[in-house]
Amino acid sequence: MTTLQAPVSTALPAVPVPMLVRLAIIVVICVALSLISPAFATIDNALNLLRQASLLFLVASGLTLVIIGGGLDLSIGANLTLCACLSASVIKLTGQPVAGVAVALGCGTLVGLTNGLLINRLKIPAFLATFGMLWVAQGIAYWFMAGQVIYGFPAAFRFFGGGFWLGVPVPIWVMLAVGAGCLIFLTRTTIGREVYVMGANEAAASLSGIPIARRRMLLYALSGFAAGLAALIYVARLNAAEPGIGEPLLLPAIAAVLVGGTSLFGGSGSILGTLSGAVILTLIVAALNLLNVGSAWHPFVTGAVILLAMLTDAFAARRAGH
Amino acid sequence: MKPKERSQCGSVDEASSFASVTNSDAGGAPLLRLANIRKSFPGVHALRNASLDIHAGEVHVILGQNGAGKSSLIKVLCGAYIADGGDIEFGGKKVSVRGPADASALGVAVIFQEFSLAPYLDIAQNIFLGREQGFMRLGLVDKAAMRRAARDILRQLGLDYDPATFAADLGVAQQQMVEIAKALSQNARILVMDEPTAAISEREADRLFEVIERLKRQGVAIVYISHRMKEVQALGDRITVMRDGAVVDSFQRGQVSAEEMVRAMIGRSLDSLSRREPRPAGAVVLAARHLRTAKLADISLEVRAGEVVGLAGLVGSGRTEVVRAIFGADPLTAGDLEFDGAPLAARPDRSARKGMALLPEDRKREGLALPLAVRDNATAASMWRLFRRGWFSPATAERVCADLIGRLKVATPGSAQLVRHLSGGNQQKIVLGKWLAAGSRLFMLDEPTRGVDVAAKAEIYRLIDELVRDGAAVLMISSELPELLHLCDRAYVMRDYRIVGHLDRDNLSERAILDLAVHHV
Repeated sequence: MTTLQAPVSTALPAVPVPMLVRLAIIVVICVALSLISPAFATIDNALNLLRQASLLFLVASGLTLVIIGGGLDLSIGANLTLCACLSASVIKLTGQPVAGVAVALGCGTLVGLTNGLLINRLKIPAFLATFGMLWVAQGIAYWFMAGQVIYGFPAAFRFFGGGFWLGVPVPIWVMLAVGAGCLIFLTRTTIGREVYVMGANEAAASLSGIPIARRRMLLYALSGFAAGLAALIYVARLNAAEPGIGEPLLLPAIAAVLVGGTSLFGGSGSILGTLSGAVILTLIVAALNLLNVGSAWHPFVTGAVILLAMLTDAFAARRAGH
Repeated sequence: MKPKERSQCGSVDEASSFASVTNSDAGGAPLLRLANIRKSFPGVHALRNASLDIHAGEVHVILGQNGAGKSSLIKVLCGAYIADGGDIEFGGKKVSVRGPADASALGVAVIFQEFSLAPYLDIAQNIFLGREQGFMRLGLVDKAAMRRAARDILRQLGLDYDPATFAADLGVAQQQMVEIAKALSQNARILVMDEPTAAISEREADRLFEVIERLKRQGVAIVYISHRMKEVQALGDRITVMRDGAVVDSFQRGQVSAEEMVRAMIGRSLDSLSRREPRPAGAVVLAARHLRTAKLADISLEVRAGEVVGLAGLVGSGRTEVVRAIFGADPLTAGDLEFDGAPLAARPDRSARKGMALLPEDRKREGLALPLAVRDNATAASMWRLFRRGWFSPATAERVCADLIGRLKVATPGSAQLVRHLSGGNQQKIVLGKWLAAGSRLFMLDEPTRGVDVAAKAEIYRLIDELVRDGAAVLMISSELPELLHLCDRAYVMRDYRIVGHLDRDNLSERAILDLAVHHV
């Protein structure tokens, strides 16, 4: 008779390796660019790059949570647009930045909750629900703005996008705060741990007593909230709002999540990965600019980087015996 | 006597050539012979030594309990499995069946319980799917000719369906007939039917039996799997009983009674397994009254603390649906549930927090998050209990997981090991462990030892014993009757999505369970 069987493989999950690879990539790009241009390795430039990365990261942070939980949120860009337009007009009308903040965060969260509700109640796939929401939110923004651009906000509001605190731009502080929040959520709360189980196998999670529907509502609400927050930062930085601002952010946000090593199939990924993804993508654009590569080439290079990231992860996973 | 040479048994273009085979050599040399077939999977001997003679123009019934090896034998016959050993002879000559194409070239066709018709093609298109070239005219499919050919085949079965009907518009019984017609159009000489009456009405079954009679007269051999004794006796020219992967007996029509057949199905294997001492049962933990779901009809049962209650029945009798309904995974349409004397709204998260545990039948799809670590899976059901304020502590999770690994003797290099790398038995222990961590008091175990090696099986038995000794209640589903008898204090028996009987300790036997589970009349 057989005795207790030895496990098929003794490989432990290779969590840190892909993360180290990402850090190495960031270091390599930075060193290379410093060699090419002395202007690169300055504090000012570093802060400038991180500020650019922060917007991308904010949009991608909520998306990371949703994707780890086995979902997808295609409405983040359009949600950002809607939040931006609504809050801009409220600030214009009332002169109160606080009112604008409340409207942006409220609108973002509400759109997220609607996504969750559509998926839970109508039992439609996340792709379809949020794809529909993308058009709806975008459509409302176009109708609401009626071809106008809203610009010129009080200095107190513009501080969110262009201000500094302790010598560091405010968007970077926001990025760090959101990153820390997501990190704690995913690694130190029971709900965060359950999100991984739910993303890895929803049926098993449900039959383990994890309330899937409620967890899903929370994830999409957080994703919408992040879009609202990103909208505030973006409007304050641009000092303007118009219905075209959010949509171009969707694909880069997905790219940041993927380059960060989060699996589109759910159940694995990290917020630090997404942070590194956002930084890598920003660095690459900066490098291309520094090398005078025409902007027509940027999507091509970004695409190549995404594929490369996928390949490395697949290779690492095979090495780990998955 | 040597069987006749048949040159064209694999050809597919002549729609009605099967009709030319009219002789019946029943009693003579077999058309197809399976001799000493062996097939094993890691940890399981699916077929030990199975032999089967199939004669033209005969209905050959295969009887056996769940897991006796019927399906495996059929899969070898139709080329879905390649046998590890043994011979297949066709018309007295040894042949090799290395895949479905080989089997269909020999004229073997299987009508499975799940039909494979394309819903939005019509009957004729379904019958000749993939063989349209036989009806080409000027580079186009001649639909009229195809329909004529389809009508011919259907007529030979005594059916007057319109070949232009979409498969989607057909009932189950009609779809079955079209499957049979399709098999015949491919010159099937041996037609295997896997529980063909399971999903059709009695009137439709009578219709099916008429068609089977016609097929017999045309010289087709029928291999027929069923649990229904009445039709087994009415139809079977020859009845072969399987048990534990081997053929244990074979009878000619009328040689034996239904009782003798059931006895052959059971065998004597149960003598070796001990019955346990009666356990003292405590308070009622779970009471289900008149539960109904989309499938289940009027389920009432009770489980007390300190007892193991079996839920017996054949595969597909509704056992899994009962535990899913109690846990809240499938919505109830009527009835009520009481847990610890208080009403319970069946919903998985509430059930789990009240102290219910469900070990699903398919642990890979429903029991575990395979890509995650042992640790994540072991604590998946107990987060609410271990960390009441919602703050997760890796150290606590680690400790709980290490305790479980020790208590359940899980063979794993550590708690960070991915669950997908564990063996089936160790995976199953993790599923059980996640409920131990949740402090559950009612364990609903759906086939807890399926696909588990012998050592792990013993461990799981020991654990179930321990659980009830500590005052937990267990409701257990198993297709292995010796296992049920070994573990259970009493059992409910299911058939056709209802509970058809209750057997207390004194009346619990394989015989009694099968009597209730099998359709006698």
